[in-house]
Amino acid sequence: MEWFDALVQGILLGGMYAQYALGMALMFGVMRIVNISHGDLVILLSLIGISMASAWGLGPLPVLIVLVPLAVLMGWVLQKAVLNRVVGSDPLPSLIATFGLSIALQNLMLQIWSANSRSLPGHGIESQSIEIGAVYIGLLPLIVLAVATGLTWGLDLTLKRTRFGRALRAASADVEAAAMTGINPRAVYAMATAAAVGILGFAAVFQALRSTVAPADGPAQLIYAFEAVIIGGMGTVWGAFVGSMVLGISQAIGFRIDPGFGVLAGHIVFLIVLATRPQGLFGKALA
Amino acid sequence: MTAVLSTHGLLARYGDFQALYGIDIELHQGEAVALIGANGAGKSTLLRSIMGLLPVGREMVRLHGDPVGGTATDRMVQKGVAIVPEGRRLFTGMSVEDNLRVAIDQAARMGAKGGWTLPRLHQLFPILKEKARTQVQSLSGGQQQMVAIGRALLCQPRVLLCDEISLGLAPKVIREIYAALPEIRATGTAMIVVEQDVGLARSASDRLYCMLEGRVTLTGRSAEITREQIGKAYFGAGHGVV
Repeated sequence: MEWFDALVQGILLGGMYAQYALGMALMFGVMRIVNISHGDLVILLSLIGISMASAWGLGPLPVLIVLVPLAVLMGWVLQKAVLNRVVGSDPLPSLIATFGLSIALQNLMLQIWSANSRSLPGHGIESQSIEIGAVYIGLLPLIVLAVATGLTWGLDLTLKRTRFGRALRAASADVEAAAMTGINPRAVYAMATAAAVGILGFAAVFQALRSTVAPADGPAQLIYAFEAVIIGGMGTVWGAFVGSMVLGISQAIGFRIDPGFGVLAGHIVFLIVLATRPQGLFGKALA
Repeated sequence: MTAVLSTHGLLARYGDFQALYGIDIELHQGEAVALIGANGAGKSTLLRSIMGLLPVGREMVRLHGDPVGGTATDRMVQKGVAIVPEGRRLFTGMSVEDNLRVAIDQAARMGAKGGWTLPRLHQLFPILKEKARTQVQSLSGGQQQMVAIGRALLCQPRVLLCDEISLGLAPKVIREIYAALPEIRATGTAMIVVEQDVGLARSASDRLYCMLEGRVTLTGRSAEITREQIGKAYFGAGHGVV
């Protein structure tokens, strides 16, 4: 029963990781842009959300409603102002540019919010739970998982069925051929990054509700997102979702073995996948 | 009569290497022009320059008399110029239908009007209907070429540039693909066809230009040019003009 509980808690934790990983799946998995500032953007959005909540007395839902459009705008500006200048077949320029952005964002946040940990008041939602059999399931983690599932489903459908999704997949397969078909790759990329950071708006609210955030927390979120995308396989949205579950379950089980082993257990599973199936669980092997 | 598409002293370079030395060509309404020449003569470079894939001067390319040199590739498509690129350049990982839909999407976004629809394309190349759900990388070379041509046509071009569409294909497949060209021309689309096979180029075109080392060495009506003239222009043993 204890292990079944660990499994359930792992899946719920995976729901949180999936919200980080989806934006990464879009930027890294599809566009091949390495965004080192991914985690810092989550933290920045969280802190903005927390400040809005305390300044205007907003509950979690109004914060989410304001934060997601703001995140979309931030993503669009990020692509237009920074990433469109460095995007190309070589991933190194985007890596260096966003590495610099990551350090700048961390210091900016430190300046504005100090190093203190903060969280978003959930007005009781964070402590409610549902009892199923002998397992307690937190209401908030359940909402996080449901939202993650919805976002994954929506993103997958958007990529497969819409004009924007087809244009993005085409540009990712061959930028020049996409332009020859009338696609403006920069406009498509700006929309994609806007969507990716928009999803981080959801992650930011739930992260701040679930636990605390501090300006230096970004890099850890970045690692979890990278790991989830690579475990699942590049370029597959549901792969990133399942990768997040694998990571969450590994950590939860590792945590039951020894409280200090939880995060490490996730890294070990990631390394095992990388060593035995480098294309990821759902990725196609490179010819 | 203004040419649909023309180049004027077009120069192009790859870094320090000059690939084209002042190319002047013209393409008229409904006309098919062949571009022949050995490997490295600059045929593909010329098409890439027209498509905005290489930096060229504004006045060096004109579309209906308007200077358009150096215009972004997607804007050239919007202006009615489409290309079937060398090596086909399909979107791997996507189905035949999705590859074609990308072009349909963009034509709709740009408000491009033209007669090409999916059913009409399926009439031209019935295999594309049969293979609609197949991933493009598992098609044969000839089928991939049909997708590449279809994708360009669904951009609703008034000018179609075809870059070595016979390359690496079996003779039977080449005949099948070239048999489709007259039907494309019948819609009023003007064409530039880059082709290594001189016989094929002559039979598919009204006029031809022969290129050698970045220059046009021969031009004239395809039916009137003799094999000797082409031989000289192709290999550089003296320049011929008809």
